[in-house]
Amino acid sequence: MSSVPAQGYLILALILFCIGLFGALTKRNTIIVLISIELMLNAVNLNLVAFSKYGINPNMTGQVFSLFSITIAAAEAAVGIAILLSLYRNRRTVHIDEMDTLKH
Amino acid sequence: MISFAWLIPLFPLLSFLVLILSGKKLKTVSGYLASLLTGISFIFTLGVIADLRSVTEYEATWTWLTIGTTDIQAGVWLNPLNGLMLFIVSFVSLLVHIYSLGYMGENDRRATYFAYLGLFTFAMLGLVMSPNLIQFYMFWELVGLGSFLLIGFYLYKESAKRAARKAFIMTRIGDAGLLVGLILIFWQTGSLSFTEIFQAVEQNEFAPGMVTLTAILLFIGAVGKSGQFPLHTWLPDAMEGPTPVSALIHAATMVAAGVYLVAAAYPLFLASEWALMIVAVIGAFTAIFAATIGLVQDDLKRVLAYSTVSQLGYMMLALGAGGYVAGMFHLTTHAFFKALLFLAAGSVILALRKQNIKEIAGEGRHLAITKWGFLAGTLAISGFPLLSGSFSKEAIFAALLEDGQYGLLGVALLTAFLTSVYMFRLYFMVFHGKGADKPPKSVPVSMKIPVIILAALAVISGFFATGFADWLAAEQEYAVLHHSPTWLIFLATLLSLGGIVFAYFIYVRKQMDREEWKTTFSSTYTILYHKYFIDEFYQNTIIYSTRAISYLMYYTERYVVETIAAFAAGMVKEIGKTGSRLQNGRVQTYGTVALLGLAVIVLIFVVRGGYF
Repeated sequence: MSSVPAQGYLILALILFCIGLFGALTKRNTIIVLISIELMLNAVNLNLVAFSKYGINPNMTGQVFSLFSITIAAAEAAVGIAILLSLYRNRRTVHIDEMDTLKH
Repeated sequence: MISFAWLIPLFPLLSFLVLILSGKKLKTVSGYLASLLTGISFIFTLGVIADLRSVTEYEATWTWLTIGTTDIQAGVWLNPLNGLMLFIVSFVSLLVHIYSLGYMGENDRRATYFAYLGLFTFAMLGLVMSPNLIQFYMFWELVGLGSFLLIGFYLYKESAKRAARKAFIMTRIGDAGLLVGLILIFWQTGSLSFTEIFQAVEQNEFAPGMVTLTAILLFIGAVGKSGQFPLHTWLPDAMEGPTPVSALIHAATMVAAGVYLVAAAYPLFLASEWALMIVAVIGAFTAIFAATIGLVQDDLKRVLAYSTVSQLGYMMLALGAGGYVAGMFHLTTHAFFKALLFLAAGSVILALRKQNIKEIAGEGRHLAITKWGFLAGTLAISGFPLLSGSFSKEAIFAALLEDGQYGLLGVALLTAFLTSVYMFRLYFMVFHGKGADKPPKSVPVSMKIPVIILAALAVISGFFATGFADWLAAEQEYAVLHHSPTWLIFLATLLSLGGIVFAYFIYVRKQMDREEWKTTFSSTYTILYHKYFIDEFYQNTIIYSTRAISYLMYYTERYVVETIAAFAAGMVKEIGKTGSRLQNGRVQTYGTVALLGLAVIVLIFVVRGGYF
């Protein structure tokens, strides 16, 4: 367990974040975009947990914080999915590039 | 009565306002209404003049504007000179109103015509009563506006529109001089009131040379208004207007306003020998110059116009030679006989429907009253003994002799000879000859009455010379009537009669062949016929260069300025378009831009080593 160095966590988090970012910016399907955003959040959570163990002052705050963050991400995903559902009922589409009416 | 003098100009103004606002409804009565109001004005004038015999000077002003510590006054100023001008203006205006009842007859726009006449009469009456130069200047411009509107009255005629513009612009050149003079006077004396200016002149408050300069600048204004050389070219063209207008504005009143300006500001001119000299020389040159042109013109009204220019030159000459009374007296008699000539000419034009004297060729002889009226005017302007013109011209010659201006006296005498030649040429060609024998259209009574009244005045007004001088002398000590020696009277009479006889032999007895003269002196004839090519000269120098400059400006504006403006506008537009493309509502684009921005910031952060 302790043989995994801090860099391993951070690189994993970086890879996850980049995948999430790429998905969020390029995919047309809104569900996938939401999932990609969850990926980026999880990358951040991973960072928090890693620093709670390998940081300059290791303590539990990082882990508690990541629990909060997971909870809020779940709520946010629920809200996002709810909005997407009602949008789908009205517009019959889940493509994010067709949802551009907020510019008006 | 004199305290109601301020009402005099208001009646014509009322006429103008009523007719311009509801002229369409009042069309049939418009002329009578305007004549009635002008008549009331005339009666008031008579009352004021009756009072002026005992009061001699009256000034009533109130403060109109206060700028800093300077009060600008408005009001009325009456003295013998103003009273005289008031009489001439309201009297001739009334007669012209009555005459126009017949002349404008069934013209559709006669309400507008009478409205303009009212505006002009208002402005002219206000002008002669102005107590200070600023009010004078305002009315001076209003008079110019009235003249402009009336010259261009026949708006469907291109030539009338052009003549109106020309008159407005040419007189404006003079007005610019007047305005500069006005500003200089204010700078020197701190006041524009006539009486205060005269006091300043008396007490030598002007800087050296300023008196001459301001007097000359005022004279430039007079040159423009009175059609003196070199700004005379607008006056003959102004004959495009209706003939009664020519009689009122371009013979009797407005063109005399320039002479009146010199007379009203006479103490200023008297203080400078140079200014007087320039006035006299310009006047003399204009007199003979216009007289020679008048010899060969073929248009009835144009000959009269050149004769007006020439007679105005006489008045200026008289004023320039110290003949204050002589000049004003000639102004008065000229107002009568020249208005008479124009009104008679208007009758001829209305009856025969033509105004080229070669085409008329004696057809006017059927119009008895017009013929005798015209003859009376012609005799008066030619200086026939015992008619008004002979008295006023004799006074001018006497003033020149008194002043010792022998050269100018010679010019004046020669002009007198030329005047009787060209005026009798006109008379003989219009009223003597074997033109068509059909009786022309008869002339309405309303046009005959003014002609008869003016003819009577043209004949008898000369006998009032002494009373006239006493009237003007009541206020000013420089108002002296000069009397000429017998030989001068004899010479002047001889020249006048000689001119008549000369014209008689050429145009009635046909002793000399005119056509032969034209070929013998062809170059002289061409020069005179084309009015010394002054118009062409202006066309080729001033107008072309002005036009070249304006074209340069136009193309600069069109191609240089507009290109720059279009470039600036296009640039902003393009930037706006680019900016609006960024806000397309696609969340992924926003995200990409934000990411790129972050990347740039991080890159800079890395390159600069953590410091901005």
